[in-house]
Amino acid sequence: MDELDVKGRIFDIQRYSIHDGGGIRTIVFLKGCPLRCRWCCNPEGQHYNVEKMTLGGKEKIVGQDVTVGEIIDIIERDRIYYRRSGGGLTLSGGESLTQPDFAVALLKTSKERGINTAMESTGFADFSVISRYLPYLDLYLMDIKHMNSAKHKEFTSQPNELILENARKITDAGTRLIVRTPVIPTFNATKEEIGEIAKFASSLKGVTQMHILPYHRIGTDKYKGLGRDYSLTGIEPPSKELMNELLEVVNSYGLKGQIGG
Amino acid sequence: MSEFYTKKIDKSPRIDKLKKDLFLLPPQIEADRAVYLTESYKATEGEPITMRRAKAFAHILDNIPIIIRDDELIVGSATIRPRSCQVFPEFSFEWLEAEFDTVAERTADPFYISEETKKTLHEVYKYWKGKTSSDLATSYMSPETLTAMKHNMFTPGNYFYNGIGHVTVNYGKVITYGYSEYIKEIEEELAGMRISDANYCKKHALLEAMLISLRAVIRYAKRYSRLAKELAEKEQNGTRKAELLKISANCDRVPEFGARNFYEACQSFWFIQMLIQVESSGHSISPGRFDQYMYPFYKKSLDEGMTREQAQEYIDCIWVKLNDLNKCRDAVSAEGFAGYSLFQNLIAGGQNVHGEDATNDLSFMTITATEHVFLPQPSFSVRVWNGSPHAFLIRAAELTRTGIGFPAYYNDEVIIPALMSRGLTLEDARDYNIIGCVEPQKSGKTDGWHDAAFYNMCRPLEMVFKNGYEDGEKVGVQTGDVAEMTSFDEFFAAYKAQSDYMIALLVNADNAIDVAHAERCPLPFLSCMIEDCVKRGKTVQEGGAVYNFTGPQGFGIANMTDALWVIKKLVFEEGKYTLSFIKDALEHNYGKDMDNAAAEKLTVSVCKQLAANGKKLSEADVATVYETVKKNTCSEADKAAYDKLLKDIEDLPKYGNDIKEVDEFAREIAYVYTKEIEKYSNPRGGRYQAGLYPVSANVPLGAQTGATPDGRLAYTPIADGVSPAAGRDSHGPTAACNSVSTLDHFIASNGTLYNMKFHPTALAGVNGLENFVALVQGYFDRKGSHMQFNVVSRETLRDAQKHPENYSGLVVRVAGYSALFTTLSRSLQEDIINRTEQGGI
Repeated sequence: MDELDVKGRIFDIQRYSIHDGGGIRTIVFLKGCPLRCRWCCNPEGQHYNVEKMTLGGKEKIVGQDVTVGEIIDIIERDRIYYRRSGGGLTLSGGESLTQPDFAVALLKTSKERGINTAMESTGFADFSVISRYLPYLDLYLMDIKHMNSAKHKEFTSQPNELILENARKITDAGTRLIVRTPVIPTFNATKEEIGEIAKFASSLKGVTQMHILPYHRIGTDKYKGLGRDYSLTGIEPPSKELMNELLEVVNSYGLKGQIGG
Repeated sequence: MSEFYTKKIDKSPRIDKLKKDLFLLPPQIEADRAVYLTESYKATEGEPITMRRAKAFAHILDNIPIIIRDDELIVGSATIRPRSCQVFPEFSFEWLEAEFDTVAERTADPFYISEETKKTLHEVYKYWKGKTSSDLATSYMSPETLTAMKHNMFTPGNYFYNGIGHVTVNYGKVITYGYSEYIKEIEEELAGMRISDANYCKKHALLEAMLISLRAVIRYAKRYSRLAKELAEKEQNGTRKAELLKISANCDRVPEFGARNFYEACQSFWFIQMLIQVESSGHSISPGRFDQYMYPFYKKSLDEGMTREQAQEYIDCIWVKLNDLNKCRDAVSAEGFAGYSLFQNLIAGGQNVHGEDATNDLSFMTITATEHVFLPQPSFSVRVWNGSPHAFLIRAAELTRTGIGFPAYYNDEVIIPALMSRGLTLEDARDYNIIGCVEPQKSGKTDGWHDAAFYNMCRPLEMVFKNGYEDGEKVGVQTGDVAEMTSFDEFFAAYKAQSDYMIALLVNADNAIDVAHAERCPLPFLSCMIEDCVKRGKTVQEGGAVYNFTGPQGFGIANMTDALWVIKKLVFEEGKYTLSFIKDALEHNYGKDMDNAAAEKLTVSVCKQLAANGKKLSEADVATVYETVKKNTCSEADKAAYDKLLKDIEDLPKYGNDIKEVDEFAREIAYVYTKEIEKYSNPRGGRYQAGLYPVSANVPLGAQTGATPDGRLAYTPIADGVSPAAGRDSHGPTAACNSVSTLDHFIASNGTLYNMKFHPTALAGVNGLENFVALVQGYFDRKGSHMQFNVVSRETLRDAQKHPENYSGLVVRVAGYSALFTTLSRSLQEDIINRTEQGGI
């Protein structure tokens, strides 16, 4: 089968994305995720099935089956801006590891055409799956949310052992990786918890950067629109002061920290 | 290219003081120029017109009151009160006389006028009845043209009522050699003439007129020299005393002789800049490549011990002075050019005549000056090409991030070949600068007649639906009843026929005005500084310039693309609706009530008409008219049918979203205007060339345009420039850029205007700046010609509407220029707020 004909399911494409990987990027959001993070700002990406979501009074179908060929055509349209900015394609989701045939074909096609690739992922999959992606990936933006597996499971529905193990394997394989941590009050927004992640990150081969992403409430309307409950109601985004303190903690582990993507 | 100094330089405290003084009082209308002009005209009846113009100019300069404002280092003011204006009755005056009692109160660009000034001007105006360039122009227009103008098919108001302006002279030559050199050259030319030469009479008169003008300018500068000396004698403060003595010495030296240092060069620059605007009321007198022609003086003074801080202060002072000039327009034009703007476009960076990058210290310092002074003048621009220093583009992006709406970015890679296709030499094309909003040309050699008229591309489509008739009058051509049209090609041919007809009338209007200026208002002083006027013995207005153009600007591409796409798809391909139904929907404004502003305007015009027919109207009658106009009385069934149509229109793809077939369609639609207009020639021996930009007229001219088939409601704004219609581009900036760059920007060699609005967060940090610059470069790689940005949040603008007092300094990008947000009319404010805000996702 021609790679361009490989099918996948996505729920959004965002062009001129400037916060997920270097330069101006096109983000393709793949549908389906094994985790259920309580703060998730893309709840419409969690389930693989096509859903209806009501936003701003309008009903919208979430989820669309597409081919690699169709998507690469859209990615190609911003090639000139990638070249000027050092940008390219970023896969996000959902979790791109849930659709390996499609995601790998898309990454491979992009690489073959000289387009830089990145993937924002939790790394929650068997490493044999992940290893299929690595030859075509310039940057792995890896979400590491907590070092305590029980707490990780409580807030994301999955333990963290596999994630941490994969982080090590990915970096050992020589893939460039940046650790990204959402800072969620009541979950991990303390110096100790962020510090433990930073400590782990600094122990990974070749990892020099860590992004801490302040919790925001942008996605909350979507929960209502999908008929789901948002369990984090009542939480305020972390203050600037706190974020700066956490940044210092990150930097103290010899990493180049950054607030936001 | 050698290294240049890229760092920011501190602002002198003087600048804020000068700025504050500028805004202490509201601008007013002053009568002195009109009085001396008229005195002179009365005394020169029967003489050659060039001579009369020169003598009047000299009489004005010898007598008009002069002032040196507190703390000024660069002097020369056209009015006693700051930011005020003189009037120019030789072009037109009736509108101002009619607006004497409202001009101070109007929402767009009000001017105070004293009772005494009204009286004086009233006397002056008696002389000018029937003698203005506007009167003569009207007499040259065909009846069809006048009808079309009455119906707002196009609007040549700019030059119809005012001087032409829109020019960049050879500043460098005046500053380097002084006007004494010009006098010498003209005298030599005179000496070389034989009285038997065929063109002796007119040329001789003109050269004499030029000499009179230049000598008057030198005398005028010396008046300032004397005034500065007098003030110095009275001055107690030693520092200021020394400054005044220096000013006195400067004005004694320049512009008569060449400048010997940077300070003298700055003073010389200012006299040129200001006096062109005393000779004529034409706006968009554009300083052009200031960083290039000032550089030798900067370099010399730097070598002689001037600090960069001193140089920056002089530049900043010029920036303040550029805001001291002002112009009062009629109420309608004031909305189209809102924001007291004079469009004095100044551009930094770009290539030199050899094709090398010409960025220098001053390129950076002009950016710093714009940050320091933070006012709408000069209209600040930068040239971008593949060899632009990255540091320069990042510094420009930093200025963009302040939200001032400057700089506008221009693409050498499009503009240079576009100008060459119009006959400029490679060297001249490489040395282009921008006039006014977005119009490129070569300084010192061009009479571009840019901004020649607003051409509303939506109106011919209305004419198709109305079969050429409006309010019982034949305005367009009869293209047949739309109900009988059987193919899209037939419909499109009808649109083109209406458009072609209007373009021919527009050309008639512009040529009539062109001739009227040549006959009644030639400008000998300006003509000295434009090649080849002296040698040819012709003023700029008579075709003395090397390059002559006429550039009327079309706008509404986005609306017409979307509208014709609707017709193509919903009527002819899908067969969902008939043209008759669409016609009904348009006539009934899709069953929607009129928005408040539009209803108010329509009420005023209906009431005026009723009053003109002798009906006396009570307040209750007016209220009834308003309610009738506003309320849509369609049946519920009709409303439902129109809603369905609107929904189907909404679901169709739109221009601005990187959809190839729609964007290529847009390219064809633009050609309906751009290819047709360039078939025509002007009386100066030049040709027409299209521009695609609206200034701010898309709002007031939208208010004269009924509903359009793209779902746009009656009397609401039309899309500006080549930008997608407000709110219809939903795939982000790169998609919109791709759409816009699909248009042919080369053929629109009088400039295209692409407006983008960014939220400040999209430019945050180093990455924000880098990605922003990459976006501009990417758009330019795809051969877009111009880009400008508003970087301000919607919330900020809303708050500024509620609390204008807190935002008096808030500058926003309007169209080809920036203006203070709070000085704009409410409808224009709304239009700016509603432009799609592009965020970094």
